[in-house]
Amino acid sequence: MTRSRLTRLVRAGLVLGAFSLCFGVVAGAKAQTELLNVSYDPTRELYREINAAFIADWNAKNAKKISTIRQSHGGSGSQARAVIDGLNADVVTLALAGDIDAVAQRSKKLPENWQTRLPNNASPYTSTIVFLVRKGNPKGVKDWADLVKPGLQVITPNPKTSGGARWNYLAAWAYAEKAFDKDEAKVRDYIGKLLANVPVLDTAARGATTTFTQRGIGDVFLAWENEAFLALKEFGADKFDIVVPSLSILAEPPVAVVDGNVDAKGTRAEAQAYLDFLYTPKGQAIIAKHYYRPRNREAAAPGDLERFPRLELVTIDAVFGGWAKAQAAHFGDGGTFDQLYKPAR
Amino acid sequence: MSEAALHLPAVPPSRAGAQRVRGESLVVRCLLIAVSLAFLALFLLLPLVSVFVEAGARGFAAYQAAITEPDAVAAIQLTLLVASIAVPFNIVVGIAAAWAIAKFEFRGKNFLVSLIDLPFSVSPVISGLVFVLLFGAQGYFGAWLKANDVQIIFALPGLVLATVFVTFPFVARELIPHMQALGSADEEAALTLGASGWRVFFAITLPNVKWSLFYGVLLCNARAMGEFGAVAVVSGKIRGLTNTMPLHVEILYNEYMGAAAFAVASLLAGLALVTLALKSLLEWRYGDAIAASRRH
Repeated sequence: MTRSRLTRLVRAGLVLGAFSLCFGVVAGAKAQTELLNVSYDPTRELYREINAAFIADWNAKNAKKISTIRQSHGGSGSQARAVIDGLNADVVTLALAGDIDAVAQRSKKLPENWQTRLPNNASPYTSTIVFLVRKGNPKGVKDWADLVKPGLQVITPNPKTSGGARWNYLAAWAYAEKAFDKDEAKVRDYIGKLLANVPVLDTAARGATTTFTQRGIGDVFLAWENEAFLALKEFGADKFDIVVPSLSILAEPPVAVVDGNVDAKGTRAEAQAYLDFLYTPKGQAIIAKHYYRPRNREAAAPGDLERFPRLELVTIDAVFGGWAKAQAAHFGDGGTFDQLYKPAR
Repeated sequence: MSEAALHLPAVPPSRAGAQRVRGESLVVRCLLIAVSLAFLALFLLLPLVSVFVEAGARGFAAYQAAITEPDAVAAIQLTLLVASIAVPFNIVVGIAAAWAIAKFEFRGKNFLVSLIDLPFSVSPVISGLVFVLLFGAQGYFGAWLKANDVQIIFALPGLVLATVFVTFPFVARELIPHMQALGSADEEAALTLGASGWRVFFAITLPNVKWSLFYGVLLCNARAMGEFGAVAVVSGKIRGLTNTMPLHVEILYNEYMGAAAFAVASLLAGLALVTLALKSLLEWRYGDAIAASRRH
């Protein structure tokens, strides 16, 4: 190879590099009316369908069109952290109110009373915690009391990092309070035994699902109702059964407009309409289709509603006095989880 | 080649000793070879093959659908874009750093060498988090960036920054020892003949190190496209916008789309194979040239 040829080659490379740099800047600056929905892990399919329906609905009525609604999914806590660190979310749709509280407190981008701005605690749907067991329920698990049987393996993620796991923990606690008539020593004994039956604490709900369904570890998986249905759908109803306990917790995954971001981007009207759409009959029907319990039962398809068994559901406000209290008492440093969880010997 | 062999630094103590070692170790050698082969098969070949097997598990149509799906296409484009910015940047800066370190004596040179190695020793998660600390909304420059409407974290600039940081050492690390071994006699000769600085650089220095440079670029590119940890922290995981290929693979897997995840993963594995092939080709085709340039 001659030297001049190499020189030309190098120059061409430099030009190419400069060009790609410019291209990158241009691509980054391209502006469109887009919304960004920052959500938690299992809602991808739900919002994909909601987004298509909402965009069609909005664009039919408004001159200012929406081109795309972007989705970002991850663990609820880490998604909240990203929004605090500047992820430009128009709306947040997370697993629990505590995570949106954190965004409100730390970023000051939405008021602390955000949960009163939409109906039903700003939660357009609810869900609950059920048991997923191996087909035929070989261990005969019927209710929470069975989970502390010696030798039984229970799969639940780590409540320190997973929103879903906090619901699991509180559901178990609520059951124990009722079963032992609020005798705290007995409640703590029950929770301690339950945690002793957990062989591995995954960091997030999806990881725990994989542990149970794909790695085949454990006898009972404490799961979001929608995750349990999804596992049946993905892996076949011949592999697992859903067991509905006598009592569980009413999980209310809330949604909120991030005021600071929508005002900066000029997308408030769109973002607000997007969340309102979740409460419309059309939105509620899509919600029920994706295994979340709709607030407005009349809107859902009857076939979808049949899938939701009736059970006693307690709220976090009634039993634990709200998320802030529950978080501090159970999951903060030195909370009941820290006191009762003893990692595997 | 024989000449090169004569210059091997590790000369056995004595001929008899060498023979004794070789004679004794026939069984041991076979055992060692078997162990290494088994290890390679188990830890490298098997996973690699399984990626392609899983990718094709649901047939070609599913494979094609997985890699032409809009989010996947966006992830592939983004990965290529990030690499096409980060790699040229690291080539320029890497050459400059190697040039400075190999050809000149100055105070703090060792410190600079250690700094270049820093990204190798820092966990990628930290590499991502430092940029969040600097440019995040709560970070040191967060308020200023927001006031001027500049988005770095959770956007393309953040992805490029994290990638540049993580892949920075590759080019420089390849070039420095080579340039040091070459010394600066050729350059000095060119200078005495009246060549300009740029001319010396393009006509002497660069051609001399072209193969190590190519090596460095290959490795740098492979890592830039494959980087997960640092990029995951600054990405924000916006599908179709800030989701790179490695992140897309994880997302697909978590969403029970195993075949699709492995389809995208197979593209990354393919990149690794191409890199390997290019590297071997270089060694095979230009092995003499490489050896020659190193013998100077």
